[in-house]
Amino acid sequence: MAESAPASTPLTTSGTERRGWACLKGGRTLIALVALLAFNALFTRDFLTLQTLNINLSQVAQVVVVAMGMALVIATGGIDLSVGAVAAFAGTLAAVLLAQDSGALVQPGVAVLAALALPLLAAALLGGMNGLLITRCGVQPIVATLVLFIAGRGLAEMLTNGNLRAFAPERLEWLRSNLLGLPVQAWLMAAVVAVTVWVVRRTLFARRLLAVGGNARAAHLAGVPVARVKLIAYCACAALAGLAGLMNVAMISAADPAKIGLNIELDAIAAVAVGGTLLSGGRVDIFGTLLGALAIQLLDYTLLAHGVADEYALIAKATIILLAVFLQRRGK
Amino acid sequence: MSPVARPAQEPSVWKRRLQSQGALAALALLLLFGGLRYDEFLGTQNIVFLSASTSKFGLIAIGMAFVIMAGGIDLSVGTVAVLASVVAAHLSHHGVVPALAGGVAVGLLAGLFNGIAIARFKLIPFVVTLCTFIAARGLALVVSNRETVAISYETGFDQLADGMLLGVPTPVWIAGLAFALGALALRFSRFGRGVLAVGGNEEAARLMGLPVERIKVTVYALSGCLAGLAGVLLAAQTSGSPTEGAGWELIAIAAVVVGGTLLTGGEGSILNTLTGVLLLAVILNMINFENGYTDGPHLTLGSYWQTIVRGAFLLAVVVLQARLARGGPSAR
Repeated sequence: MAESAPASTPLTTSGTERRGWACLKGGRTLIALVALLAFNALFTRDFLTLQTLNINLSQVAQVVVVAMGMALVIATGGIDLSVGAVAAFAGTLAAVLLAQDSGALVQPGVAVLAALALPLLAAALLGGMNGLLITRCGVQPIVATLVLFIAGRGLAEMLTNGNLRAFAPERLEWLRSNLLGLPVQAWLMAAVVAVTVWVVRRTLFARRLLAVGGNARAAHLAGVPVARVKLIAYCACAALAGLAGLMNVAMISAADPAKIGLNIELDAIAAVAVGGTLLSGGRVDIFGTLLGALAIQLLDYTLLAHGVADEYALIAKATIILLAVFLQRRGK
Repeated sequence: MSPVARPAQEPSVWKRRLQSQGALAALALLLLFGGLRYDEFLGTQNIVFLSASTSKFGLIAIGMAFVIMAGGIDLSVGTVAVLASVVAAHLSHHGVVPALAGGVAVGLLAGLFNGIAIARFKLIPFVVTLCTFIAARGLALVVSNRETVAISYETGFDQLADGMLLGVPTPVWIAGLAFALGALALRFSRFGRGVLAVGGNEEAARLMGLPVERIKVTVYALSGCLAGLAGVLLAAQTSGSPTEGAGWELIAIAAVVVGGTLLTGGEGSILNTLTGVLLLAVILNMINFENGYTDGPHLTLGSYWQTIVRGAFLLAVVVLQARLARGGPSAR
């Protein structure tokens, strides 16, 4: 939350003519966020405390990490429904590896490193499968990622035979502790956002990404390696989903394959949509996506803090997401 | 070659036929294998159970097929069915007709909401139906007060699920009738041709003077009604539980895809959707039988295998379809 709103404008589009609206749109999500903050500061008890900030940050960190990857995929004109299942698979694999007693075989540090790296690699490979289905076989993104949405959680459950798998809490303690007063997971989230912002603003890859999402055929004719760009986007999205899975198991020192990342695809897509990125591709607003995720989290927290029952909170959430998307449509 | 109605195109006709016959052939092979391996597989009891429990998925899949053929998607059907089931369970104490009407009316309202937001306000189907999905889950929890709603046995409401007519369970009659009407409507009615035209090329359909908005609202309303009807059957089978129905929308999408309908809209078949629904149901049924199999070597498959096998099957179908479509009119 350190950046200012206008900083998001160059991310929104590769052209210049849309800058005015892009600024306004990013501004709208920001206004909503500020309004929510002001409301809470006035009416919610103990809102302006470090503890409240930390609770909100740790709850939103996983969604933001997934939403970054989702934003890249949506920029190509695609969608990834499999992120929750991929998070479950990676998280469970990490828990299984961490629960193993590697003993004298390798150093404990190396074992933990491997237990974190292998699941991320596995997640990226699953993303590669999504990408290949989409680029090689020409399958619709929603169907291609539906395969893993259905099967991925089953694969995760296969690793533990459907049970909860716990591991020694000290092995990933650093990943749920605090650093300089804020949760490590929040720092991790900030790092992921910073890297994504850098990629989208400064790299050739981002230009190609937007070109592919804007008009794949034109991009192809212009010499953009369309298939490779899409493949990388889906791999990155899945790897980030895997990271969210690791963050999840680190929090409770156990993996519940049926629960990790459940419905996180919906939260991530909602964050991207509320953040002002249209789902039709060709555009991406990373900062807006971050604001969207924060706004939805804060909305959840506000409803919870004021004793609104879960079921009404769901209805309110749906209404507000729809309203946000509707207003953005009008603003176009 | 008309981009709208897609009349008989020489190369794609036999390919399409192969696609549909492929699913049918796979179904026949599975039934043959199951019949030979398991004693009771083709027994009356199993067939009655299988067809009765599958009929609600069938209803949802019909609606989904129409929505997809019109170029949209409806993610809300699962939770709308659940909402309808708790409403129907409440109303079942006043008689069968109020319960049936109430459940279908709930679905109709949800469908109309989706349709109007998508057709009139030009919001993205994915986001709109996602919001309805979330809100319907909240409403289901509100209406049910978070508890399973008991159904009335005095009014004969349970007969909607358990009743038999001429040796065939009532839900099968309902689903069968819906499939017959759906297939006829798609093939022979002005509405059916309109749906395919809108899905094939919306702009062209509009220029031809078709009431595009009305057609779109109608398909979502239809999908909502059928989801409501499925919810009524669910209530009659298991009473109104606010937590059932998770993931139904994706099962329905998978069934439609397995049935050979392209997610890009513009073509498809209701009877092939039936094949897709039956295929997915038979696979699950066979896994249950395999677990109960005791004579000779067998596999013991945890419940998570259901999702893995389903996903693998969807993968196989999607890849096969891509193979068949290659060289055909795939360049869009």
